[in-house]
Amino acid sequence: MIMNDWPLWEVFIRSRSGLEHRHCGSLHAADAKMALENARDVYTRRNEGVSIWVVPSAQITASQPEEQAELFDPAADKAYRHPTFYVLPEEVRHM
Amino acid sequence: MNEAQTTSLEEVFNRRIDAEEKIEPKDWMPEKYRKTHIRQISQHAHSEIVGMLPEGNWISRAPTLRRKVALLAKVQDEAGHGLYLYSAAETLGISRDELLDQLHDGTAKYSSIFNYPTLTWADIGAIGWLVDGAAIMNQVALINTSYGPYSRAMVRICKEESFHQRQGYEILMTLMKGTDEQRAMAQDALDRWWWPSLMMFGPRDDESPNTAQSMRWKLKRKSNDELRQAFVDQTVPQAELIGLRIPDPALCWNEERGHYDFGEIDWDEFRQVVQGNGPCNRERLEARRAAHRNGTWVREAALAHAAKQADRDSLRKAI
Repeated sequence: MIMNDWPLWEVFIRSRSGLEHRHCGSLHAADAKMALENARDVYTRRNEGVSIWVVPSAQITASQPEEQAELFDPAADKAYRHPTFYVLPEEVRHM
Repeated sequence: MNEAQTTSLEEVFNRRIDAEEKIEPKDWMPEKYRKTHIRQISQHAHSEIVGMLPEGNWISRAPTLRRKVALLAKVQDEAGHGLYLYSAAETLGISRDELLDQLHDGTAKYSSIFNYPTLTWADIGAIGWLVDGAAIMNQVALINTSYGPYSRAMVRICKEESFHQRQGYEILMTLMKGTDEQRAMAQDALDRWWWPSLMMFGPRDDESPNTAQSMRWKLKRKSNDELRQAFVDQTVPQAELIGLRIPDPALCWNEERGHYDFGEIDWDEFRQVVQGNGPCNRERLEARRAAHRNGTWVREAALAHAAKQADRDSLRKAI
């Protein structure tokens, strides 16, 4: 029996209410229920979470490092999207 | 890809490492970087998994319920740490099966320390204090390693492991407050585990051929000898505090260096154990193989169950 037949799952944990689920790792499991149970044992042994998502890794579409420039460089010269681009008088302390 | 292209990719890669940028799984990396990381991360994972065996031996014989739950939690942590690390290794394009095969057929190594037997309860104290202490020393240095998934696994592991060392020290401290026999048991455990613990940091720097390359890639942030010295400096006062004697006649404080001087490790013993001739090498590997073999039906049953459930679900949807 080959372990690879157990698909890979990505694990996302919400550490407490009010926060988003964050990726924390991956694991192998035969099905979604087992993936949830294993995620609880592997990733929440010390109260790290109040909610878990498991997603089959094969279902994730990811951008490629080669596309990095094409995807992200255009944002680099758009300083006007940041508050510091706008000059205000000293007297205006907080805006 | 021609040679010139590879060279320029490698230059970019080296610049990223120099700038303390993390390397992520899909980024270009030199083949040797990938292979070296697979080897080191998998060795680390195997060490966590095999490391459960000497301690597992004492779970059912822990002297109190408090000690038992602590030891259980520690061993469970080690299983978890093994899993984090296997996952990190898998991001480099090797499968879990290949990793396990390499452990079971002896091609992959694990930390030699686990080839020593746990003869008394005091050994559980010595392992937590010394073996986990030495491992933490190594691992803290690895938090800043260049490979992202390995570094992230280290952060989690270091956070979880500090209780391991404390519970070990507490076991020995308690024994040292006990009867003469209990104190002798604690001292005997230190006598047997001290030198193997120092060996955990690997060969001396002048005999460690991979150190320069590993430092270059930030796969290693401190040399074997630096870490070993830090471990000795940290541990000696802890031993003295509870009345334990370090079994090294050459050990003494060197005012000038600001460090402890210590005796030479028995490198012949080190090589023997690495080569498979330690007291428990065969027993440990056989235990791993048997566990894998005996788990086969569980893995198969889980898959069969998953397939059946999926069939039922699709049938229900069709109706």
